[in-house]
Amino acid sequence: MSDVKYSKEHEWIKVDGDIATIGITQHATEMLGDIVFAELPEKGSSVTKDGTAGVVESTKAASDVYTPVSGEITDTNQSIVDDPSKINQDPEGEAWFFKLKLKDKSEIDSLMNKEEYDKFAKESST
Amino acid sequence: MNVTKTQLYNLHKINGAKFVKFAGYEMPIQYSSGIINEHNLTRTKSGIFDVSHMGQLFLKGGDDLTEKLQNIFPTDLKKLNINQSKYSFLLKENGGIYDDLILTKLKDGFIIILNAACKHNDLKIIKSRLKDNSLELNEDASLIAIQGPESKDILEKVVKNVSSLNFMYGNVFDYDNEEIFVTRSGYTGEDGFEISISNQKVNDLVNRLLDLGSNLIGLGARDTLRLEAGLCLYGHDINEETSPIEANLKWAISKNRVNENFPGAKKIKSQLNEGVKKIRVGIKPNSKIIAREFTKIFDKSNNEIGTITSGTFGPSVKAPIAMGYVSNEFSKNDTEIFLEVRGKKISANVCKLPFYKKSYVKGSINV
Repeated sequence: MSDVKYSKEHEWIKVDGDIATIGITQHATEMLGDIVFAELPEKGSSVTKDGTAGVVESTKAASDVYTPVSGEITDTNQSIVDDPSKINQDPEGEAWFFKLKLKDKSEIDSLMNKEEYDKFAKESST
Repeated sequence: MNVTKTQLYNLHKINGAKFVKFAGYEMPIQYSSGIINEHNLTRTKSGIFDVSHMGQLFLKGGDDLTEKLQNIFPTDLKKLNINQSKYSFLLKENGGIYDDLILTKLKDGFIIILNAACKHNDLKIIKSRLKDNSLELNEDASLIAIQGPESKDILEKVVKNVSSLNFMYGNVFDYDNEEIFVTRSGYTGEDGFEISISNQKVNDLVNRLLDLGSNLIGLGARDTLRLEAGLCLYGHDINEETSPIEANLKWAISKNRVNENFPGAKKIKSQLNEGVKKIRVGIKPNSKIIAREFTKIFDKSNNEIGTITSGTFGPSVKAPIAMGYVSNEFSKNDTEIFLEVRGKKISANVCKLPFYKKSYVKGSINV
């Protein structure tokens, strides 16, 4: 059983206790192309479900990164700011974006599981 | 709206192209290896670009034609050598730019290469200014570019003697018992060639060039390459509202023609004498933040002084780069300006163009 959930904005979220780790999906990176810039939320700031919590830019365009859940940012991954190409290399592993302390765990329930997301991603890209 | 596919569409598809609709054509924005890799292949090895969507206009005639075209374009066409190419403009009466283009003088006429999005309108204007309704764009020929340091040797293997061409010159060559027209030019800042070849033979030529080590490159890398080279993209960096002088392209206006009578001449002359209010400059953000087209530009006192017209990440300079228009008093190199990105003002400097040093091959003839 995978404990990773997915949003319609192509973020993944992995929950460990009341801390969630969030990044963008492999599918998102394939849509974006080569990522050349990443901006992360500030540690200690509060973010709201479906609100913006960062930016990624490819050579072509800028895209907002949304948070699929509300909470307080506890950590950010500076290594992807220093080398944004890591996001293309390992988006659902080493290249996580930020961690947050969950405000309302029930927000996770509305997110998709892997199977649902794969189907959604396939449909939204055709 | 109908979407046109170029002769190379299937080849693009086989090579994993992602397509984008551009000027009514289905064009490859990138292939499977990605924009940065394609960009780097062009800078270090060789890249092939399908530019068959661009307009190819052949005008037949002798000195009488040169005389007539002299009344339309700001370039001294009489001074051009046979087979020499020049960057020029189709101008509005008020000095705005309908299109930027490359003219090549031939023994028996001229070839003009036009931007895809402008070509039908250009043709209408040229027809009416020449009072010649018989002109047609050449739809029977495809156009490809091969660019980058290894391109000369690769192309020479299939088009004999092509490497004898000087930069901004063209000529007819033999390819597989067909006459093809090749110029030494391009839009990347690298040495390279543009090849006009029949629709029947273009796939064969491109496949042979790929077998010899060149690579397919999409419009995405074409954009990062040209921006690093400081070259304008029509519809973005120049348009009907900008004059060649404002676009900082006065080098492309023949000096001796300024007092003559071509569309836009009056405006160009007055701008050369009195200066311009706004001018195109290179812009280098002082951080990793990319400022895209339409980004507003401010001075340190928060007055709006201009707009970005092109902005991206430059894979070879490994930093964000941009071009835009600023009020003339802020156009000196190293002037600090501020770009409004996502509600924040970020520091940037006006800088010299190009961002990346051009490697054109200069021949023995300099004009």
